[in-house]
Amino acid sequence: MKIMVAIKRVVDYAVKIRVKSDKSGVETQNVKMSMNPFCEIALEEALRIKEAGMASEVVAVTMGLKQCVDTLRTGLAMGADRGIHVETSGPLYPLSVAKLLRALVEVEKPGLLILGKQAIDDDCNQTGQMVAGLLNWPQGTFASKVVLDKEKQIVTVDREVDGGLETLCLDMPAVITTDLRLNQPRYATLPNIMKAKSKAIKKFTPEDLNVEIKSDIEEVQVTEPPKRKAGVILSSVDELIDKLKNEAHVI
Amino acid sequence: MERLRLRATGSFFRYCSNRSLFDRRLNINSVNSIHNSTSGYAHGFGKNCRDFHFFSDNHKWNVQTCFGFVRYQGETFRDSTEKGLLEKTRRFQYRGFGSLAAKVQRNPSFSTLNSDDISYFKEILGEKGVIEDEEWLATANTDWMHKYKGSSKLLLQPRSTEEVSQILKYCNSRCLAVVPQGGNTGLVGGSVPVFDEVIVNMSLMNNIISFDKVSGILVCEGGCILENLITFLDNQGFIMPLDLGAKGSCQIGGNVSTNAGGLRLVRYGSLHGNVLGLEVVLADGNVIDMLGTLRKDNTGYDLKHLFIGSEGSLGIVSKVSILTPPKLFSVNVAFLACSDYFSCQKLLMEAKRKLGEILSAFEFLDSKSLDLVLNHLDGVRNPLPPTLHKFYILIETTGSDEPYDRQKLEGFLLHAMEAGLISDGALAQDINQASSFWRIREGIPEALMKAGAVYKYDLSLPVEKMYDLVEEMRTRLSDSANVVGYGHLGDGNLHLNISTAQYDDGILTQIEPFVYEWTSKHRGSISAEHGLGLMKANEIFYSKPTATVSLMASIKKMLDPKGILNPYKVLPHSLSS
Repeated sequence: MKIMVAIKRVVDYAVKIRVKSDKSGVETQNVKMSMNPFCEIALEEALRIKEAGMASEVVAVTMGLKQCVDTLRTGLAMGADRGIHVETSGPLYPLSVAKLLRALVEVEKPGLLILGKQAIDDDCNQTGQMVAGLLNWPQGTFASKVVLDKEKQIVTVDREVDGGLETLCLDMPAVITTDLRLNQPRYATLPNIMKAKSKAIKKFTPEDLNVEIKSDIEEVQVTEPPKRKAGVILSSVDELIDKLKNEAHVI
Repeated sequence: MERLRLRATGSFFRYCSNRSLFDRRLNINSVNSIHNSTSGYAHGFGKNCRDFHFFSDNHKWNVQTCFGFVRYQGETFRDSTEKGLLEKTRRFQYRGFGSLAAKVQRNPSFSTLNSDDISYFKEILGEKGVIEDEEWLATANTDWMHKYKGSSKLLLQPRSTEEVSQILKYCNSRCLAVVPQGGNTGLVGGSVPVFDEVIVNMSLMNNIISFDKVSGILVCEGGCILENLITFLDNQGFIMPLDLGAKGSCQIGGNVSTNAGGLRLVRYGSLHGNVLGLEVVLADGNVIDMLGTLRKDNTGYDLKHLFIGSEGSLGIVSKVSILTPPKLFSVNVAFLACSDYFSCQKLLMEAKRKLGEILSAFEFLDSKSLDLVLNHLDGVRNPLPPTLHKFYILIETTGSDEPYDRQKLEGFLLHAMEAGLISDGALAQDINQASSFWRIREGIPEALMKAGAVYKYDLSLPVEKMYDLVEEMRTRLSDSANVVGYGHLGDGNLHLNISTAQYDDGILTQIEPFVYEWTSKHRGSISAEHGLGLMKANEIFYSKPTATVSLMASIKKMLDPKGILNPYKVLPHSLSS
């Protein structure tokens, strides 16, 4: 059985986000880009399943600009067997990504498709659900535990829901999206980075996959949240009461 | 981009923050080594020992507390459990070494304050600049580790060079001793009064005077807090050439006066290279304007260098002109394993050659250090498979072109691996991983604290000899202590730490003066980056020959004939009184 994992290149989690001065989006020039942390977890889970002898191959997929190959290399260095890069130039929204993934699933025919529950740049949390819908596959989202039964071809997924944990049993093939507590991703060690250099990355274009990239979303403006005003130090209780009455209007 | 959800999760992202990678590195300087020799400070280089016998008569002065402990100034250290641990260590310290404490004698030639003095200071500084408040003074009289405590009754806050000059002129004429004070984050008792010295606090002189975006030259007053300068420069696209854990409190004037080392030294060099000019007020109130903003200036003796690292004993730094490098965004970190110390050295040589301009840190730790961190700190994991390696190296590169830097570093590492210099390694794929690698290196002092009592030494040694000391110490102490070595290999700076269940005189006599003698024998320095201050003033002969120290004393005498500036510090008591 093959496992396909989707990984996304995003602004590094630890970088302070700056909005472009023309408000057209977030500054990504000269900014550290890394693999989306949830995608790292997704890949780690796939690798663990493979290492447990339940899968034969892990295929990492990424989409976007040509620099996304760097992120794919990270995935290969972590242990994915090969990579697929769908090269696009413009912005990609969840529905387009889901359609591209569906097309790739039809090519690769994996038994599991694992994604991060969301990307930390747009926080959409939609792709996994959409691709499951398009493929008409069962979905286990926000997974905090995944147990595979190879013989019965089912996968049991613990999901983190508001009230606690929900356990689902899915027939394979299935879509899983990962939450933070599922696992702790491994580091890319030098021997594995060396091995990754010779692993294959296959390129596709949206046309190759017969998917038209269009957006139903128009981004009007991106702005920073309002800055918090600095506090003031008051010299007396009377002054405090005055402020609360006349400025804050709370008493 | 709502990243809160991610942040709210468990230990996985524990060490993430929104700050840049530079900021993630806690202070390497905070690897404090506070110690005091309890015996035999009169050791020179080899055979010259005999020359110094006259110093050993002067055994009166030894600092009140004869033993030190570590303080780790990382965020994690501020929680209460850590403080509790600190207190516990401190108790150990007193119990173990109280009997060895001896007093420094107050220099009788200094006057004592009277009410006329106070009125004079109020006249020049106004009421607000003259502080006699007891609580305030209690803080200013004590160093931040509560190891040294003076009894000053007066703190002055000048707002301008002119005011500093007036203060010193007056103090000099009245023979009132003065201690200049910046952020009071020093580790060797250099920034607090020993007796009743007048404290000249520089914190109100905190203006940025100019910044030239083309040349990157910053001119500011001595009381500017390092972190404020870093923030100011960050908005301009520049960084300070030095960074240390105490940056939130320490002041640039103090950094210059102590020649602070810190994290970026291997890349940007010491302050002797980065400080372009100084304005200094001498003991007699004369203002010496050396505030050049030129990179090249060969006109006469370059006197500013006398004041860099003089620990406030020659003059008060009122203004600083400093060269700042541009901020580069591409940072990569690798954590590597080496099987022997020789490979570590070879790797350093290779890294300097092959990584060249992008190398920004080269730190090393031995396997015992790693074990300590893994055993005592939560959430830290070994980035490498758990095979036994003897040494670990952390390499950081900083550059301007991410793909290029990465390719260069990867190429270097793969080559080093093929050549057998490194036996294993991991390359951080994102900032979070980079922070977790730094966390291992920087968590060592904290882990040592948790492990029990610790004897710490901060030494400069020739790189090839550096680890021999650790091994000799290990043989010397055998099973009675856990000897660990780590430090800035790139700078030849070893942090030798000896961890025991509790403090013990017997162990201390095994360590000292052996450590100092060994360092001296190999022409090392007994104080790599912390200075001498009050703590090691008498130990200077371990690292400097008599003739050199006498010349220092003559310079001190010439610039400060009455010895009012930061007395009892830097130079041996016998020479400076």
